[in-house]
Amino acid sequence: MKKDIILAGVGGQGILTIASVIGAAAIEEGLNLKQAEVHGMSQRGGDVQSHLRISDQPIYSDLIPMGRCDVILSVEPMEALRYVPYLSEEGWIITNKTPFKNINNYPEEAALYAEAEKVKNHLLIDADAIAKELGSPRSMNIVILGAASFVLGLNYEGLKTTIAKVFGRKGEAVVNANIAALDAGRKIAADKVK
Amino acid sequence: MKKLMLLGDEALAQGAMDAGMSGCFAYPGTPSTEIMEYIQRSELAAERDIHRTWSSNEKTAVEATVGMSYTGKRTMSCMKHVGLNVAADPFMNSAFVGANGGNLLAVADDPSMHSSQNEQDSRFYAKFAMIPCLEPSNQQEAYDMAFHGFNLSEHFKLPIMIRLTTRLSHSRAGVECREPMPENELKLPEDPNQFMLLPAFSRKKYKALIALQPEMEKASEESPFNWYEEGTDTSLGIIACGLAYNYLKEVFVGKTCPYPILKISQYPLPRTYINRIMAECDKIMVLEEGQPLVEEMIKGYMPNTKIIGRLDGTFSRDGEMNPNKVMVALGLPEGTDAPVPEVVTGRPPALCVGCPHSDSFRALNTAIEPYGPGHVFSDIGCYTLGFMPPYHAINTCLDMGASIPMAKGASAAGLFPAVAVIGDSTFSHSGMTGLLDCIYDKTNIVVIILDNSTTGMTGGQDYTAHNRLEEICMGMGIEKEHIRVITPLSRLHDENVKVIEEEFAYNGVSVIIPRRECVQTLRRKASKKK
Repeated sequence: MKKDIILAGVGGQGILTIASVIGAAAIEEGLNLKQAEVHGMSQRGGDVQSHLRISDQPIYSDLIPMGRCDVILSVEPMEALRYVPYLSEEGWIITNKTPFKNINNYPEEAALYAEAEKVKNHLLIDADAIAKELGSPRSMNIVILGAASFVLGLNYEGLKTTIAKVFGRKGEAVVNANIAALDAGRKIAADKVK
Repeated sequence: MKKLMLLGDEALAQGAMDAGMSGCFAYPGTPSTEIMEYIQRSELAAERDIHRTWSSNEKTAVEATVGMSYTGKRTMSCMKHVGLNVAADPFMNSAFVGANGGNLLAVADDPSMHSSQNEQDSRFYAKFAMIPCLEPSNQQEAYDMAFHGFNLSEHFKLPIMIRLTTRLSHSRAGVECREPMPENELKLPEDPNQFMLLPAFSRKKYKALIALQPEMEKASEESPFNWYEEGTDTSLGIIACGLAYNYLKEVFVGKTCPYPILKISQYPLPRTYINRIMAECDKIMVLEEGQPLVEEMIKGYMPNTKIIGRLDGTFSRDGEMNPNKVMVALGLPEGTDAPVPEVVTGRPPALCVGCPHSDSFRALNTAIEPYGPGHVFSDIGCYTLGFMPPYHAINTCLDMGASIPMAKGASAAGLFPAVAVIGDSTFSHSGMTGLLDCIYDKTNIVVIILDNSTTGMTGGQDYTAHNRLEEICMGMGIEKEHIRVITPLSRLHDENVKVIEEEFAYNGVSVIIPRRECVQTLRRKASKKK
């Protein structure tokens, strides 16, 4: 078992939370893990990414080689495309459709979607809308995680348990909202991928 | 033994505490900040009351470690690569006075300049100071090297450098931890002259340091972090240093590398290993993160062996290593070579929405407009982003604290107005001495100290001059009426512009302090209260 995952987004969108859920779930399953994060200046509204590698074998590089990534998991559509050179031929691009516009020359959304659809295995979902519908807009990142859950190679119940642990300090309501977000993401992915 | 998921920075921090460290001294700087932050959160550190508050700058941090080492206790300073420039004076001389209690200097380099103004390679400093340097290739080594480093330091009675790079500092992996060792007892140096650098002593100490070099090489040869891996194809031998070793192993994952490999994580270079790989192999490839230090050095070992590396153009001279660069150099097939789709545009970092600096820059821009562009000397911090649109408010960024002396130099040349824009934490790091120069000279200058009450760029750390800026400026000799505190808010724009204009009109040293808390730390405090 080996999964090389790139988590993408803009500073402050919550990709490190996704990373910590996947990471903790992988450890729970006894897998090896390496997770490279971006800190510092880029966190101020710039593009951020995290390379997350899980495997039952030893992992050497902290960075995923280009062309070897199994999943790009992105909370923002343009940021998903920034890492296409890393994706393997059979790799998945799973991204939120809602753009994060903090630059003047942000491209047309339609052009971004068209580009993402050129990737053989792609899944574009409106995670912001789903999270809003569930009454917890901040759980958008966990909707995306739910949508990606079927390609991560991790036990789904394990992901839920991990969410309960990661959000446990924030109380039961937050835990339940995030589990609902995970379920909603998984369901919409199942409907689309059919 | 417990296993923890730790960043490279955190692994070193945990290792140093478990190895009995009594004090850590540091100034924040990406990618090194998380070493101290981890210690500040640690229960063990609280239990033992390990020193863990921030220093004013890297120089005072290193000097404090030398003082703690003098007492026989184990200690560590932490900084980013350019921070070592600030600490270069005590660092170089610490190799002469040496160590009593173990003294580690952890420096995190930032190749590819993810969050830095240059990408200098700190291994050159270790070589320059003639002390051993440890360069972990993974998080476990970062942990284990704290123990090894303290032992080496106390064995050689020398400070030891531990060099990290961004990708290790900020990458997390499982680390096996040991039971914490007790701290050292307080015990002054056996030789009362050890820490005294009068020329007569220094000459002896330099000779002693030179005489120790062969023993340091021997320690590298016996180091558990350096090893030789046999290979069947000796047309090429590969020397892989620190993190670059991982990239090499990565490209041969599931296969065996046919070429002999020399893995190096402890310097000075292990000479017998180098001689062996150069004797066995026709050509040598050097994989190293940073500048071509090893490549340059081994050219002197056997001048006729072809060396492949950054100097012959196989790898670019600049930028960090990665697995793909190694694949290309070894002629291995890469994965796909899909480009980044053209529709993707850059998303440079920017000041946060609601950032107090943005209101300060707007006011400064209005006040300075009549004089035209090119008057604003700035510094290192979030506010360096004031260079970016829509502000275009600053013209320079050199090093920590440079804004004030640069403005002074320009003022002396006749530039008017000459404005320095510096953050509150940067001012406390190295702004004060420059300001004193201006006061001494009665320079016609306006210094704007942006006070967001934190070290913002590195994520919101305390700093030593917090809540003391006016007192410091007054104490240094600036007239009270020319220390102006304003609140950077858009509704106060006109008032703030007026204050800046008034200080332009004053022929002397003025300090304006726009004060409003960083929106990031404010938000964090609010969510903690919930």
